[in-house]
Amino acid sequence: MRELALNILDIAENSLRAGATLVEIAVQADFLQDKLCISVNDNGKGMSEEMLASVCDPFTTTRTTRKVGMGLPLFKYSAESAGGSFQISSQEGKGTFVAAQYRISHVDRMPLGDFGGVALQLVTMNPHTDFVFTAECGERQGVLDTREVREILGEEIPLGAPEVRAFLRDYIKENLTDIFGGRL
Amino acid sequence: MKSLEELRALREKMKSQTDNRSVAGSDETVIKVGMATCGIAAGARPVLDALLDEADKRHLHNVSISQTGCIGMCRLEPIVEVFQGGQKFTYIHMTADKARKVINDHVVNGNPVKEYLIGEN
Repeated sequence: MRELALNILDIAENSLRAGATLVEIAVQADFLQDKLCISVNDNGKGMSEEMLASVCDPFTTTRTTRKVGMGLPLFKYSAESAGGSFQISSQEGKGTFVAAQYRISHVDRMPLGDFGGVALQLVTMNPHTDFVFTAECGERQGVLDTREVREILGEEIPLGAPEVRAFLRDYIKENLTDIFGGRL
Repeated sequence: MKSLEELRALREKMKSQTDNRSVAGSDETVIKVGMATCGIAAGARPVLDALLDEADKRHLHNVSISQTGCIGMCRLEPIVEVFQGGQKFTYIHMTADKARKVINDHVVNGNPVKEYLIGEN
């Protein structure tokens, strides 16, 4: 994984697997304090305390095809190797919250990468899940809430329709450029 | 800067078009891209983007492209599965360029790209 955006996609895929109907993803940058915070919050099925305790071990996974699960360990590592920290909390039946902090100027901090592309992919490829994306940098803030988009489009037009996808791609890109200005 | 208000206009425009997308019959092609940690790390996202882009460009209405979890052969990722005419074709070690070729040669013209298939190399 060479981009933080790919880590975000990976963690969000966990949320989808957990049957979440709402996933909230936030990227908050504060250049004055040299801090970047990424969080993924879902209302999926959550996990037990035993699972939570071992979930950052690469030899813990829920999948049955093999015995390793690298998603969370890689995300944790991305933060801890960049002067940051990592938290995960979960409640069975309620959902899971994953967050990581980074020092923006740290030499080993991965670039944010194509966060807009990841957001677009999550929004357009998952018709049964709602997403709230928040991007924040100082006083600039942008929110994309798919519930809002769905309300405008009505029931018969899916978010994955090519015309809607094209609009959302430009919409996300313009807003992200405005907020982060390519500095992450 | 774009605003969500423009979506309303887009919606009216789309409503007035007759939708021939939904009439795709049994000749529908289903394409799945593995999007678990292994796939993502190997570069499945550019592959998925290329597939969607190529399908859009060619106005392919009877093709459904989606993502799936771990297909189970992580070292062969990115993996693209094409389901067509009751058959499954598994493409391995995909890239964006290879994905475009699969859409052109296989999905549009019906000739599977043998050299990218599993078991061929």
